[in-house]
Amino acid sequence: MKTEKMVYMANQIATFFVSQPGTDQADRVAAHINDFWEPRMREQFLTHVTAGGEGLSELSLKAAALVRQPA
Amino acid sequence: MKDFIIPWGDDRDLGTPASKSTKSVTLNIDGFDVTVPEGTSVMRASALAGIDIPKLCASDNLEAFGSCRLCVVEIEGRRGTPASCTTPVTPGMVVHTQSKKVQKIRKGVMELYISDHPLDCLTCAANGDCELQDMAGAVGLRDVRYEAVDTHFKAKNTSGESNPQWLPKDDSNPYFTYDPAKCIVCSRCVRACEEVQGTFALTISGRGFDSRVSAGSLNDTFLSSDCVSCGACVQACPTATLQEKSVIEMGTPTRSVITTCAYCGVGCSFKAEMRGDELVRMTPYKHGKANRGHSCVKGRFAYGYATHQDRILNPMIRDTIDQPWREVSWAEAMSFAATKMRGLQEKYGQKSIGVITSSRCTNEETFLVQKLTRAVFGNNNTDTCARVCHSPTGYGLGQTYGTSAGTQDFDSVEETDCALIIGANPTDGHPVFASRLKKRIRQGAKLIVIDPRRTDMVKSNHIQADHHLPLRPGTNVAIVTALAHVIVTEGLIDADYIRNRCDWDEYLAYAEFVSDPRHSPEAVELLTGVPAADVRAAARTYATAGKSAIYYGLGVTEHSQGSTTVIGIANLAMLTGNVGINGAGVNPLRGQNNVQGSCDMGSFPHELPGYRHVKNADVREIFEKAWNVTIDPEPGLRIPNMLDAAVDGTFKGLYCQGEDILQSDPDTKHVAAGLAAMECVIVHDLFLNETANYAHVFLPGSSFLEKDGTFTNAERRINRVRKVMAPKNGYADWEVTQMLANAMGAGWTYTHPSQIMDEIAATTPSFANVSYDLLEERGSIQWPCNDANPDGTPLMHVDGFVRGKGRLIVTEYVATDEKTGPRFPLLLTTGRILSQYNVGAQTRRTANVVWHDQDVLEIHPHDAEVRGVKEGDFVKLASRSGETTLRATITDRVSPGVVYTTFHHPDTQANVITTDFSDWATNCPEYKVTAVQVSPSNGPTDWQEDYAAQAAASRRILPAAE
Repeated sequence: MKTEKMVYMANQIATFFVSQPGTDQADRVAAHINDFWEPRMREQFLTHVTAGGEGLSELSLKAAALVRQPA
Repeated sequence: MKDFIIPWGDDRDLGTPASKSTKSVTLNIDGFDVTVPEGTSVMRASALAGIDIPKLCASDNLEAFGSCRLCVVEIEGRRGTPASCTTPVTPGMVVHTQSKKVQKIRKGVMELYISDHPLDCLTCAANGDCELQDMAGAVGLRDVRYEAVDTHFKAKNTSGESNPQWLPKDDSNPYFTYDPAKCIVCSRCVRACEEVQGTFALTISGRGFDSRVSAGSLNDTFLSSDCVSCGACVQACPTATLQEKSVIEMGTPTRSVITTCAYCGVGCSFKAEMRGDELVRMTPYKHGKANRGHSCVKGRFAYGYATHQDRILNPMIRDTIDQPWREVSWAEAMSFAATKMRGLQEKYGQKSIGVITSSRCTNEETFLVQKLTRAVFGNNNTDTCARVCHSPTGYGLGQTYGTSAGTQDFDSVEETDCALIIGANPTDGHPVFASRLKKRIRQGAKLIVIDPRRTDMVKSNHIQADHHLPLRPGTNVAIVTALAHVIVTEGLIDADYIRNRCDWDEYLAYAEFVSDPRHSPEAVELLTGVPAADVRAAARTYATAGKSAIYYGLGVTEHSQGSTTVIGIANLAMLTGNVGINGAGVNPLRGQNNVQGSCDMGSFPHELPGYRHVKNADVREIFEKAWNVTIDPEPGLRIPNMLDAAVDGTFKGLYCQGEDILQSDPDTKHVAAGLAAMECVIVHDLFLNETANYAHVFLPGSSFLEKDGTFTNAERRINRVRKVMAPKNGYADWEVTQMLANAMGAGWTYTHPSQIMDEIAATTPSFANVSYDLLEERGSIQWPCNDANPDGTPLMHVDGFVRGKGRLIVTEYVATDEKTGPRFPLLLTTGRILSQYNVGAQTRRTANVVWHDQDVLEIHPHDAEVRGVKEGDFVKLASRSGETTLRATITDRVSPGVVYTTFHHPDTQANVITTDFSDWATNCPEYKVTAVQVSPSNGPTDWQEDYAAQAAASRRILPAAE
């Protein structure tokens, strides 16, 4: 998938959870990505984060630490 | 295995509708004591006792009318001979249905009828299926003393002059004829059109001898009138006046099999009436619990595709998509496909191939296709068309209530006090449900419609919405949150319900969020375009009308914030205590016949059957033991992800059953690029659909008439699909999937779909007690059906939500990034039309094309005028994704700034316009909002011409080898 599209999708998820009450928004973004993103997509996401994570929102970046690295 | 007779219920016409009273009344009819509910007619009580009283104008799906006078009886202590259809029973009443007196009256009535009726019974299309004929026999009519001077049936009088009372047959409707010469003016057709269908297209014009059934106004035919061709009038007609053309052509049927319609998610039950192995007609089954004896034009009439010449009946293969197809044996096709798919896995990895299950196929077939990917391919790359329609329902209702399904049955609408319809157009998309809803609206229930267009639910004959909120496309969350703002800030919540049934802390956080003035109707008016006062009034109606039900469709889900809107809808129902009671609830109107079932059967890449995530080891263990395999704990690719991965070169093979993603999915060019990048695309379908243009293997499919199985409709009702004829392609679809699996080494040994259902029941708790035996016994059953709910579950969340406490979740509005601007100043929204279904593969191959032979663009007069567009002009429709041309129709159904079209025709291909924006939670595409420009055009775009040329080249089939 194009990087911009992947970044856009991650930020869309973060935009929903950032509006939610509580302090666990990053956990919930990561949980959503872990539950619904196929390993190839998570791999691409994490690689992009390692490369600086250009375009990712603050919450997306914070969630990255909790996204499961595919085996 | 064939099912010739269905054991439950008889479907005799008992003359008048059932009474809903719980009080009983005992009376005596012809010497027998009979006990019936209060309010029952003497006619019905008598029929229930097994004594049929002659009748012509009565039918038990219509209110009693009392016009034919054939059903007169004698009642002790009463003067005269009352009509039994209009006389309610009273305690101790003594009725005589047969006496010299009533026999004489009935004979007299029949003599008068017959004096103005042609006696061509032997050659009449209704011969053997005519109530007038039956009644003549029943009353003992032996001669007719009157010779009519004036008649309605003689074209010329005895002097050869034309008879002004004679009217020619109207055969304008493709499916039935109206022959006024045979009409007895019983009004059953008119009443069926009003009471059952709710269209009011028919009327009785004239008075006395001049009375005629007439469709529309003076110069209308059936086709040009408001008639929607539901066929209720044809079914109601006791003579050959309204007659199916198929019966005229083929004769009367000799046997019937009860089965389930393969069109929309209402899931109507039908009697397939057969002669030999030919289908003579489909008639809605009166004991069908979804449709209660009604149907629409698609279900009743549009089945001709099943025998259309375009059907492909032999497997075909090719190495590359620029080659013509080569017909081969099933064995060769399977070996070719299996070798390719296994080869791809060896070369590109285990996760390089996947499947798309069909929402048109049966539960059993869908279960096998997802099993194929999980147990044979060894990955979770399975998805289904629900991805592009109701996946946000799965997420939104799952998060709030704990289950991904509607809360009610369709009967529930009969108790609704207020219906809120949002993003759904039921008169076109779910017509039989619309008829039931309209009936309730005519009885006085309130109606709120939230839709950018003025749909027929907003205003049509004898119904009008109390509130229509014509919002700007893409602002659903803003409107739904504003409704909640009014309910919370004006103190219209059901606080006891929320305290008992929902998480109270979450409610408090939610209430604080939603009470913020920025969510008020006034604050969002500029965004949504809906006057604040209208939003406030609608919210008050919804919250205070009594039992309020929400019905929603793809206008809710197919947005960047589709899941958020579903959550917002669930919130509204919880705030007002409208979940868990009859007449209320939250009801997604499902698009395709088995989209509910395909979701239930584990078609999604993240969950196993029964909505259980693949990450859960205990769930995987159930299937690992049953299938003797290891199940991948990682979620698989969703349809848009498959296409992206294909373009990236990591997804190479696809088995696509009964879906046409090239036409139905958004951003056609991207779909085509994804398909073109794959090395093995297997299409399993009735026809060479658009997706097959990019396929290497074509496996012929079987129609719903040719196989056994089950469909699950929008109310979670599991209905039987029964084989009424042998598969023309040789195999039911579940057999084809099994052959493919076995060619890849699976070793499956199913011999009947009931064994697949047994496997589903054994592995899926909500289906635990479902079996074909139970379905034979009950007719249908709504899941969950298990030891806790042995009778199934018509109404969900009665004593508590499935997940425990209901969750009120904050719904922040986020504007879609698909925005209008100077280049693309209009918003396109898409939908469907009554006569066509989805990509049109079925309905385009029937006479339904007389109502809709091309997609047209609805545009407001202002927008048309500034562009110089006139009615019927060819226009170019362009977005940042692509452009196409189609004809314009000018209407104020759409607001200024909004245009609308359908996606039923591949040569228009509305989806070349739609973009790849999608729902944040589920990737459900944003079909409902695309920024576009409209301009005059001379003809097809280059893209349309290239597409047509590629499609034609791709559909070439080599002559069969010797």
